[in-house]
Amino acid sequence: MITKRIIPCLDVKDGRVVKGVNFLGLNDVSSPVKLAKYYSENGADELVFYDITASSDGRKLFTDILCEVAKTIFIPLTVGGGINTVDDFDRVLKCGADKVSVNSGAIKNPNLIYEAAKLYGDQCVVISADVKRVDGVFRVFAKGGRENTGMEAIEWIKKCVSLGAGEVVLNSIDTDGVKEGFDIEMLDKVCNAVSVPVIASGGAGCIDHFTQLFKTLPKVDAGLAASIFHFNEVSISDLKSELNKNNIPVRI
Amino acid sequence: MIAIIDYGVGNLFSLKSSLDMIGVESIVTGDIEEIKKCDKILLPGVGAFQDAANKLRKSGLDKVIIKEAENKKPILGICLGMQLLFEKSFEYGEHIGLGLIKGEIRPIKEVIPEGLKIPHIGWNKLDFTKKPSKLFKYIKDKDFVYFVHSYYGAKCENDTIATSDYGYPLTAAVEKDNVFGCQFHPEKSGNVGLNILKAFADMEV
Repeated sequence: MITKRIIPCLDVKDGRVVKGVNFLGLNDVSSPVKLAKYYSENGADELVFYDITASSDGRKLFTDILCEVAKTIFIPLTVGGGINTVDDFDRVLKCGADKVSVNSGAIKNPNLIYEAAKLYGDQCVVISADVKRVDGVFRVFAKGGRENTGMEAIEWIKKCVSLGAGEVVLNSIDTDGVKEGFDIEMLDKVCNAVSVPVIASGGAGCIDHFTQLFKTLPKVDAGLAASIFHFNEVSISDLKSELNKNNIPVRI
Repeated sequence: MIAIIDYGVGNLFSLKSSLDMIGVESIVTGDIEEIKKCDKILLPGVGAFQDAANKLRKSGLDKVIIKEAENKKPILGICLGMQLLFEKSFEYGEHIGLGLIKGEIRPIKEVIPEGLKIPHIGWNKLDFTKKPSKLFKYIKDKDFVYFVHSYYGAKCENDTIATSDYGYPLTAAVEKDNVFGCQFHPEKSGNVGLNILKAFADMEV
């Protein structure tokens, strides 16, 4: 059967991985290429690469680095950040990305999902949603979690999937950075609403959080995290052997 | 030299990088003369069967591939490239393939249990069949590879060299004489995938 995926996420700004410091065994810890290669060779099932560069100069630099990364790793690569048009899809796919993740771009223009899915297939289009509870309701936030769109999250995600999104990354703003575990309640609602793979993001602080995630919600397909992997607080090989011990299928 | 056939379908960047990584010379080309000069052929592909089959035919590459297969040149089809090797496909209608592998391409939803997600996407184990294959000489039974597909090779039991369990033993790889096909993406399957490409590159011509 299909295994649960463990996905490190690299936020790249000005050609460097943000927070990419203190990584054991690497001297240039914030080089996206070195970090990607390290993960690819040490059990990551997939990589997510986010462009958090604002300027167009930064975007060009990101494209160059993306091509370098794609050349070095031989696992699936998802790219996001600043994807607003089908041309943006084209740009990152030509660099060697396998999937493209959209967030604010889809909020501005939901039809982007439909257009991209028609051109590149559903499996290529990932909807990334930043979601936060506001007065007890799950709301979608835009612009890196700064702006409340007012949209109800479950309806939004269902709409994206019906337009052709083949995968959902659910980032819970409520649990992000808190390191007390994934947002089980929010993930449960999303898993029950859509039939495409759901990737849990936000809240992982230790190995047990992943075990708890996959045990409580067998429908979740993957767990994503950034700093706990970058800081080597959790090693992917330890994480996978623990999941394996708990009868959760993983690629070892 | 391996020819990676460029017929306007899919991204060939990863495949080329994989071969570079294992030190195998390759060229991305749609030029018939150039393909004839190479000693092996890789047929990649993502997207829809009909569109890809039409593109192969329009460029005359279908005839070249069939001819080179008859000349005993090793050919490896990947993902949709594997499906194109079959006789026909039932993806949105009925379409004719290259006919190098006996069998047909059918939707996986016909055979997998209800409740499983489509496409079959992610890492899954290879289950070798009784038919041993040169393609697997550097990997083991139960090694993991990366899949993305909604259709599978059916009625090809005699040529199947590996299946993968998704509530049903889906065809994962096929071999008929010098013609090979992988439903999964070796170029996205880490070291296991690189070792499959290496085995293909090492085959005697």
